[in-house]
Amino acid sequence: MNATVLPVRSAGGWQRRLSNLMYTRRGILLLALLAPPLLWFGVVYLGSLFALLAHAFFGLDDFTGQIRYEFTLRNFVDLLEPANVDVAVRSVTMATLVTLSCTVLAFPLAYYMARYCSGPQKAFFYVAVMLPLWSSYLVRLYAWKMLLAKEGAISWLAQALHLQWLLELILSTPAIGGPSLSFSTLGTFIVFVYMWLPFMVLPIQAALERIPPSYLEASSDLGGRPGMTFRRIVLPLALPGIAAGSIFTFSLTLGDYIIPQVIGDSTMYIGQVVYKQQGVAGNLPFAAAFALVPIVVIGVYLWLARRLGAFDAL
Amino acid sequence: MTAAVRLDRVSCVFGSAGREVRAVDGVDLRIEAGEFFTLLGPSGSGKTTCLRLIGGFQLPTDGRIWIGGQDMSHTPPYARPVNTVFQDYALFPHMNIRDNVAYGLMVRKIDRVTRHRKADELLELVELSGVAERRPGQLSGGQRQRVALARALINQPQVLLLDEPLGALDLKLREQMQAELKALQRRLGITFLFITHDQHEALSMSDRIGVFNRGKLEQVGTPQEVYNAPATRFVAHFVGAANVLDGDIAWQLTGRRSATVRPERIRLGKSEGARASGLVQEIQYFGAFTRLRVQVQALQLQVDLQSQEGALAPDAGSTVHLHWDDGAVTELAPEPAG
Amino acid sequence: MRFELRSAKGLRIAAWAVVAFLHVPLMLIVLYAFSAEDKSYVFPPPALTTRWFAVAWMREDVWDAIALSFQVALWSTELALLLGTLAAAALARSRFFGRDAISLLLILPIALPGVVTGIALRSAYGNLGIPFSFWTIVIGHATFCVVVVFNNAVARLRRLNPNLIEASMDLGADGFQTTRYIILPQLGSALLAGALLAFALSFDEVIVTTFTAGQQTTLPIWMLQELIRPRQRPVTNVVAVLIIALTFLPILGAYYLTRSDESVQR
Repeated sequence: MNATVLPVRSAGGWQRRLSNLMYTRRGILLLALLAPPLLWFGVVYLGSLFALLAHAFFGLDDFTGQIRYEFTLRNFVDLLEPANVDVAVRSVTMATLVTLSCTVLAFPLAYYMARYCSGPQKAFFYVAVMLPLWSSYLVRLYAWKMLLAKEGAISWLAQALHLQWLLELILSTPAIGGPSLSFSTLGTFIVFVYMWLPFMVLPIQAALERIPPSYLEASSDLGGRPGMTFRRIVLPLALPGIAAGSIFTFSLTLGDYIIPQVIGDSTMYIGQVVYKQQGVAGNLPFAAAFALVPIVVIGVYLWLARRLGAFDAL
Repeated sequence: MTAAVRLDRVSCVFGSAGREVRAVDGVDLRIEAGEFFTLLGPSGSGKTTCLRLIGGFQLPTDGRIWIGGQDMSHTPPYARPVNTVFQDYALFPHMNIRDNVAYGLMVRKIDRVTRHRKADELLELVELSGVAERRPGQLSGGQRQRVALARALINQPQVLLLDEPLGALDLKLREQMQAELKALQRRLGITFLFITHDQHEALSMSDRIGVFNRGKLEQVGTPQEVYNAPATRFVAHFVGAANVLDGDIAWQLTGRRSATVRPERIRLGKSEGARASGLVQEIQYFGAFTRLRVQVQALQLQVDLQSQEGALAPDAGSTVHLHWDDGAVTELAPEPAG
Repeated sequence: MRFELRSAKGLRIAAWAVVAFLHVPLMLIVLYAFSAEDKSYVFPPPALTTRWFAVAWMREDVWDAIALSFQVALWSTELALLLGTLAAAALARSRFFGRDAISLLLILPIALPGVVTGIALRSAYGNLGIPFSFWTIVIGHATFCVVVVFNNAVARLRRLNPNLIEASMDLGADGFQTTRYIILPQLGSALLAGALLAFALSFDEVIVTTFTAGQQTTLPIWMLQELIRPRQRPVTNVVAVLIIALTFLPILGAYYLTRSDESVQR
């Protein structure tokens, strides 16, 4: 090799010196990287969130309707009124039912994808599930509004199958029915399940994929019937995936106020109460207190889900 | 003469107080310019950490590192006149071979024509012209290794670090690369710092060897010194096979408290003048030599007999008489108590 | 899975049924966009026509809404890219106190109900005296888009061979050069995928937007108004089809770009 001397970069450029500093002191590098996002989230997000939640401890002046900045627990007392408890219970019940239904519907698809598909077929199913997940919430809601309408496709289907009597029977049932499917609790339920179903499929599929086939073979090798293998081996190993998916279905249902408003009858859910209270009613403190309900519920749910291993499956 | 690399009581400690790992523990090392120096030791012995300290990828917790006479203990890798050939080659997958090799010049803002020319020269040096346009993923392991070598040489470093570069190659290719690397080092005159856990590799390629064990440097010397006069029992065991004698029997057979004798220095002979006698327990035929295990009192000695025309190995169960020269015995430090 | 072979057929039917359940409503929208009936959602549509497309084309409010949504999405995505990549670079390989907490923090805007985030921002704007504007919307969107970019970036960074960074530095490139020549090119397609997903997310978001938009109308807000008080049903249908088309593409794109990364994202 010829002995040409390579030009050496001057060691004094600010870029070099800054780089040297960050190399020898990793903490500074970390700080520089984290400062912008943390500042943003700290100030913009956490700041406004705490400001809101702080309002839960204030009340409204009875005369002026303005916020009175004095500490009070009045809002929490009001929360315990039967009407409000009703709303909370109803929302949690709906969220739970939606989660269970999503699990039941998602499982066959997830199982099929995980264990019977490979290559292009699996990619096809994956995209088929992903597209509704990411495509417009409102558009999908709108589609169901049309489907459920009195003159819509489902009615037509019921007529074609001579099941109209069944439809009317369902609609006349007090708790779940309503004037038409598109203004009923059942309708709300169906739409919720439809909306969040993709969120449940993918984590379960990922969890199932991680089960080594040798486990299943060992089980049948040792004399286990398919039903038992399923209950004892597949289900427990799929549980983290179910827990992960349920985080989405549960919290998304709990906080939603648009679907019950568009599809439901006039029964109220948490999201709607919060929306109304801060808007028309002008009672931000109470809205904040009510908002704490889903936050706490979701917090507990997250803790439970974590215990079940959901965060590893995310 | 200024050493190429000097480590002065260097330590590298990981973990928090109470659960520390002393990866490198108080190492003093001096590597001369133009040497082919090998760091030898089992996994976890600290040789890789030592290499990383010299390369700048790890900063020492104690002690100082001098490269080419300058204190570079806390200098980042890009400011050290040292380049590395990584164990997994670490070629940049999104660049072609020529750009990979020319990278060192590109970051120094050398113009494209010049750096491409130099890259091509180096590819020729490692006998790899013709693949300049391809991507790393398209090359074989051996080819990638040469590219890594070329890439590390383009900056004309004072010291070249090679982190177990031949580990992934099959035997034939390995032996070929060993010879090529040795020849390359002679030709370029650059200081090579080579890491391996393979003692044969170390013995055959190095000017000097440093044997590592649990973070400490146990012996530094030429291959002959390390093999024939191991400083500690670890070195005796690790480099070549060894018969280690302690206690009464050591005193009886060698006149020392602790000693070691290499299996190939033991000969079979008559009972007069024999150092020891015993029964043959096991015989293994290795083609070029035959290995015997001989029970001498409470000790089992390994004897390697070179295959000679006409001479037969003894049968199992027969008594043999062992001879060796005084010079074949190396004294060891007595085993620490407890 | 020999022991399950008998039930494979039933499973396959169930799987396809669920896929159908997911997609039939979307296909219905496309059908309705061609329906001649404009006063109701009668099924099956009495006649098919394409004239609603022309009518929708003429609607200024639709175009304005699209333009606003587009610009908001663009800016939100850029901010999310910046913040998400920085956070990912900090968290991907370091272990330090508070690391999990920061991951949780980034996910909170999506994990908590949109209503809460929306109200929080709105009352903060009110208290600070900030009038509603383009930027009040963008701030809200950027906040929940960060995690999407973050997930993609972290997944890719975890797969990045750390020796590549060391090799680059070994050859003379400092931190900035290494970032430019080695890290960013490797990150490239993951960032693009994250950007596409963030764009789709922002384009579609309605809940937080209603709280932070004041009088402005993004496309989802327009859609929501139509849902509650329909003006011209078929035009809404046409816009719905447009939205489906517009979001399909980024999603497919993002999928192809990150196919080899871990398919499950945190």
